[in-house]
Amino acid sequence: MIDLLASRWAYVAFVVLMIVGLYMMIASPNLVKKIIGLNVFQSAVFLFFVAAAYVAGGAPPVVPSDGGGGPYASPLPHVIVLTAIVVGVSLTAVALALVVRIHEEYGTVDEAVLEEVADD
Amino acid sequence: MTDGLLPLLVAVPVLAAVVPPLLSLRTTGTGWYVAAVACAVEAALAALVVRSVFLGGAVRHVVGGYERPYGIELVVDGLSAPVVALVAVVSLGVLAFAYTAGPRRNSFYSAYLLLVGGLMGVSVTGDLFNMFVFLEITGLATYALVAADRSGRSAVAALKYLILGTTGASLFLIGVGYAFVETGTLNMVDLSERLAGSYGDRAVLASFGFILVGLGLKTAVFPLHTWQPDAYSYAPDTVTTFISALVSTVAAYAIGRIVLTVFTPAFFEAVPAARAAVLAFAAVSILAGSALAAVQTDIKRMLAYSSVSQFGLVIAGFALVTPDAVLGAVVHLVGHGLMKGGLFAAAGVMAARHGARTVGDYARLGYRSPVVAGAVGILGVVLVGIPPSVGFLGKWYIAVGAVRAGAWPIAVVVFLSTLLTLSYVARLLERLYFAGPTEPTDPAVGAGTDAGTGTGADADAEVGARDPDPVADGGARADSRAPAAVSTGMVAVIVAAAVVVVALGFAAAPFEAFLERFLGGVFA
Repeated sequence: MIDLLASRWAYVAFVVLMIVGLYMMIASPNLVKKIIGLNVFQSAVFLFFVAAAYVAGGAPPVVPSDGGGGPYASPLPHVIVLTAIVVGVSLTAVALALVVRIHEEYGTVDEAVLEEVADD
Repeated sequence: MTDGLLPLLVAVPVLAAVVPPLLSLRTTGTGWYVAAVACAVEAALAALVVRSVFLGGAVRHVVGGYERPYGIELVVDGLSAPVVALVAVVSLGVLAFAYTAGPRRNSFYSAYLLLVGGLMGVSVTGDLFNMFVFLEITGLATYALVAADRSGRSAVAALKYLILGTTGASLFLIGVGYAFVETGTLNMVDLSERLAGSYGDRAVLASFGFILVGLGLKTAVFPLHTWQPDAYSYAPDTVTTFISALVSTVAAYAIGRIVLTVFTPAFFEAVPAARAAVLAFAAVSILAGSALAAVQTDIKRMLAYSSVSQFGLVIAGFALVTPDAVLGAVVHLVGHGLMKGGLFAAAGVMAARHGARTVGDYARLGYRSPVVAGAVGILGVVLVGIPPSVGFLGKWYIAVGAVRAGAWPIAVVVFLSTLLTLSYVARLLERLYFAGPTEPTDPAVGAGTDAGTGTGADADAEVGARDPDPVADGGARADSRAPAAVSTGMVAVIVAAAVVVVALGFAAAPFEAFLERFLGGVFA
């Protein structure tokens, strides 16, 4: 266990963040906090990719023309995370726009109150 | 030659999506024409690509000239060609429906075109991460469209869909991450080669589990379906028609693609527990979806739960991994898209004409809107799976595949779900044609029901009288979801859907021709 924490702490952090994010989405009645939970969950996925791409002593993959100079970190996971961050930002924007609309319509962002109001 | 068309399939709608907001600077209401041109071009491109797949087998395009495994590859083969055709046809059909039904805002058509682009992207991509990006583009556009009537209820449904849909996509991404860590590649063909031999690894199993649960959430398979009935029933009718026909369909296609191309049947042979788990998941979805549909009174909710059941069937077909079952799954995927699209469009027309939203409201509408009710009858009977129709063809092949694979429980489940489907379709047909003439469904509108002739003014008055909370939606009209008006063209679209699903019942040969080569590769 200690060994796992010492050598694979980034993966442990990934799992912890993922569970925290999921818990926030499920347990918090506040819609804005649910969206924050979603962001935490997505950040966990980003951490997983970055942690998997880590190479001890790895250099950015700018290879000189005569080759050599390794070890290099793989650029692919980093590009994936960049793209996923962009996707995440646009999703957050749409989600917040919807929350603004819900607040205008019902005057609340609390899920429990919302259920009562919407049934009337 | 046609391989250059593949990137255009994605690029045309996405680029065209930029035009409506720009036009908004000068005009309003021109977005529809932009979408019409883009979708027509899209349909022509799709026709060329599908024809070339039919004649010469899979079409590939290497984006930017970076060969696999480094670059992104676009592929249309026998599995994706029917889906590409479905996306192109349905997006044109729904657009024709939307001409009168609305919404006619420019921004609506921007999201519409983005959605078409995303759906095409998922269908043609040969790269797992690229698939995630297109799934999210599809998702983003769908969330915006669900809330397109700007009512509070649809915004809540869209937010629920957004949170669950994004969680699903993130789970998919984790699965892709595990597969990437295991193999160092994202190209589907390359992945399948490198995964061979390490099927028992925990990372591979975890990857399969995460990907399947993630896509299951997007497809709305029981018990991951909870977003779907709300999103379908509170979205405007035009949007429901579109997303019910395509969005979950493409996610289910993604499951098929990953099971067959990435993990391949050899994975299921090496890990029988994975196959059993997917089949159990699908069987529960088939039964629970049908049972939940049978107890609904709201038409749109009933059709939404019915989709949960039908996608269970499709996934069962893919997970059986026999040639018959996969053929059945593809046929049912396409058939279900057309049936549900037609049924939801008909539900919209019935709501606009008669204010009918529940099964009870449909009493005797078979005599007041004979054409639409007739189409509903045909589409419903096809949904049950009565031959000759595409619904029968799909279920038949899935059941035959189940029997040949020795998975008797699945064949029994298919049969049971047919009976349950019959129970709710028969209830609807009974109301449409055999409800007692003196039986007013709602005392407040009993008089209006007999006097109404289906003209716009009457229909609007009825909507106001029937809707229990006419102001809660905050729109100018009482029922902000229903189409603004009903035109002959809209009815024609529904009738066309009914004709096509019956005609496709005779189209087993073309489907087989498409899949033969693809399946030859998979089951070699």
